Amino acid sequence: MTTQEWKFTAKEIANKPDLFLPGHRACAGCVPATVLKLVMKATRGPTIVTEATGCMEVVSSIYPYTSWATPWLHTAFETAAANASGIEAALKIMKKKGRISQEHVDVIAIAGDGGTFDIGFQALSGAVERGHDFLFLLYDNEAYMNTGIQRSSGTPHGAATTTSPAGSSVPGKLEYKKPLADIMIAHNMEYVATASPYYWRDLITKVRKGLEVEGPAFLHVFAPCPRGWRSNPAKSIEYSKLAVETCVFPIWEAVNGNYKLSSPSKLLSLAPQKKKPVSDYLKGQGRFRHMFKPENKALLDEVQNITDKRWKQLLKKCNLS
Amino acid sequence: MMKNLKQKMVALAGDQAVAFAAKQSDVDVVAAYPITPQTIIVEQFSEYVANGEVETEFICTESEHSAMAASIAASATGARAFTASASAGLALMHEMLFVASGCRVPVVMAIANRALSAPLNIHGDHSDSMAQRDSGWIQMYAENSQEAYDSIIQAFKIAENSNVLLPVMVGLDGFTLSHTLENVETFSDETVKEYVGIRKIANVLTHEGKLAPFRLDPKNPMTMGPIALQNYYFEFKRQQEEAMSNALMVIQNVNKEYGEISGRKYGNGLIDEYYLKDAEIAVICIGSTAGTMKTIVDQLRNEGIKAGLLRIRTFRPFPSEDIRTALSNVKAIAVMDKSMSFGGNGGPTFHEIRNALYDSNPRPFIVNYIYGLGGRDTSPTQLRTIYSDLQQILTKQTIDQPIKYLGLRD
Repeated sequence: MTTQEWKFTAKEIANKPDLFLPGHRACAGCVPATVLKLVMKATRGPTIVTEATGCMEVVSSIYPYTSWATPWLHTAFETAAANASGIEAALKIMKKKGRISQEHVDVIAIAGDGGTFDIGFQALSGAVERGHDFLFLLYDNEAYMNTGIQRSSGTPHGAATTTSPAGSSVPGKLEYKKPLADIMIAHNMEYVATASPYYWRDLITKVRKGLEVEGPAFLHVFAPCPRGWRSNPAKSIEYSKLAVETCVFPIWEAVNGNYKLSSPSKLLSLAPQKKKPVSDYLKGQGRFRHMFKPENKALLDEVQNITDKRWKQLLKKCNLS
Repeated sequence: MMKNLKQKMVALAGDQAVAFAAKQSDVDVVAAYPITPQTIIVEQFSEYVANGEVETEFICTESEHSAMAASIAASATGARAFTASASAGLALMHEMLFVASGCRVPVVMAIANRALSAPLNIHGDHSDSMAQRDSGWIQMYAENSQEAYDSIIQAFKIAENSNVLLPVMVGLDGFTLSHTLENVETFSDETVKEYVGIRKIANVLTHEGKLAPFRLDPKNPMTMGPIALQNYYFEFKRQQEEAMSNALMVIQNVNKEYGEISGRKYGNGLIDEYYLKDAEIAVICIGSTAGTMKTIVDQLRNEGIKAGLLRIRTFRPFPSEDIRTALSNVKAIAVMDKSMSFGGNGGPTFHEIRNALYDSNPRPFIVNYIYGLGGRDTSPTQLRTIYSDLQQILTKQTIDQPIKYLGLRD
């Protein structure tokens, strides 16, 4: 990673040609699509993208059309990181043998929460252990949205999905969200970060930092899905802000395992009175509607408790407690 | 054209012969995961890497699934990719095998054929690769270590041919070949490197409508492995079938040109005929069993019995026409299967042969022998009974038992 942080103006970003082109088939209010557009604004040169099966893969590559103005490969659901290792290895040896230009090519692997937390986790862990030079970008919309809103291990506690419905005896998902970014730090990665697209500058900066790492980097991006969350498409970006303001999804980065809060979350650590209650974020989302029924008060309290607990743990990791 | 080039005899186990051939073929990326009885291949290749004898990126993946994904991705990037597996490992790759053939990446893979679990068994049979026969891969099976060596080199020429562009798997019988030392004639590194050449990348039309090499190249952005729905998926599949039928000719040509530099040919590349011209009875088998079978045919011929053997070298694409022609005078045929197709009335080779010979006139008697599952030894005496059974069928002009299990405990 370079020590000099990349500086850019909004104008430069706006003028930079898109690599993720419009015309894709994403739903109205789809934040993952916005995330990809922003991510591709952070590239620093030739870049190859490989994507796991999922919403963004499907909406961007319907043959004979494509939204990708950069080389792009999809093989399967669980293979984004394994693909990245094959691409990186091929580039390395072909360059060594003088069969391709000596110019550096960045490799980005993209997957949703299913392709990262669950089915793609083994391949991700393996590729990171082997130290391939790539950025793994997780767009987390907190369930299997492409197949029709089924729960993943990235789905938060209490959320109703089609495989964790809010029924009369089970009120939505009972399990807690897997702390994936922390697990990636435990792989001794040089760069791991979380980001939310409302803070788009922060997101773009973190993508660039991840690309600059010589080795694997991991970026966990929060990405609301109005279809799956049963929320107003016009409010998707608002939710990506509220998730940070309520500390449901704090944004931070860890360089060589040293956690550091990013500005929006840092401000909350300095002014805890500004931290909003989780209900501000949960209300309005159909997947949490049942939690506001009087009989589910305990569930709502539990979500506040777990959020506070995880936030405190994070502050401790950042040496802020 | 180079002819009868200098070769050197070395003692190699089948797995070592495979690793050596891959090394000499100037492979760019090897992504693999160890599994018995393939392990010697990856161990041997790791040594080449550790000793700086190859210019290859070796990816020691965390699973066979990732090994195949990485191989596909490396090949899509333009590299020559090689991997090896067996049994459960190949089964774990199942999903990715279809992706490899569908993406038209010329990956080459050696399979040290082994039984599938359960019960767990590490020994040789063809259950693993036969279960992948519809995955869109070209499938070849070696009779001995020499052929395993030759076939791996040939596989790159076949897979990378622009009329084919399909992945190729080369099977060698687990332990019987993989772990058994044989004398193998080998070329120099330079000869193989020159023969195989640097991988040529075919030009295709990009979505922008210009011709560009079919690989992930930042100068010519290409979308590979897209989603294709009801309106296009079908055409992709039809094209794969076209490539398979092109492979029939390409495999024969490669067998011929390789024969000229090595002095070794494997039948016509698709099938290997042994005393079939005037044979009345014949056995059809795959892999190392053919070696023993040839000895038995020799004995029978000495006794004046008109026996023959047909070894299937290429199982996919299945050389139906060649088989029909080769067997046109044979009156009774036994098909040997070292795997099962449960509930399918006989093994996979039996199905193919019955299909291929359905239009023969007159149609010969065809019976099936399932044998050697889980590495069960099959003795020459047992094999000889197959021919005597065929003689009986001819005498009686009827089949009592169409499917038999050879060497099965009662």
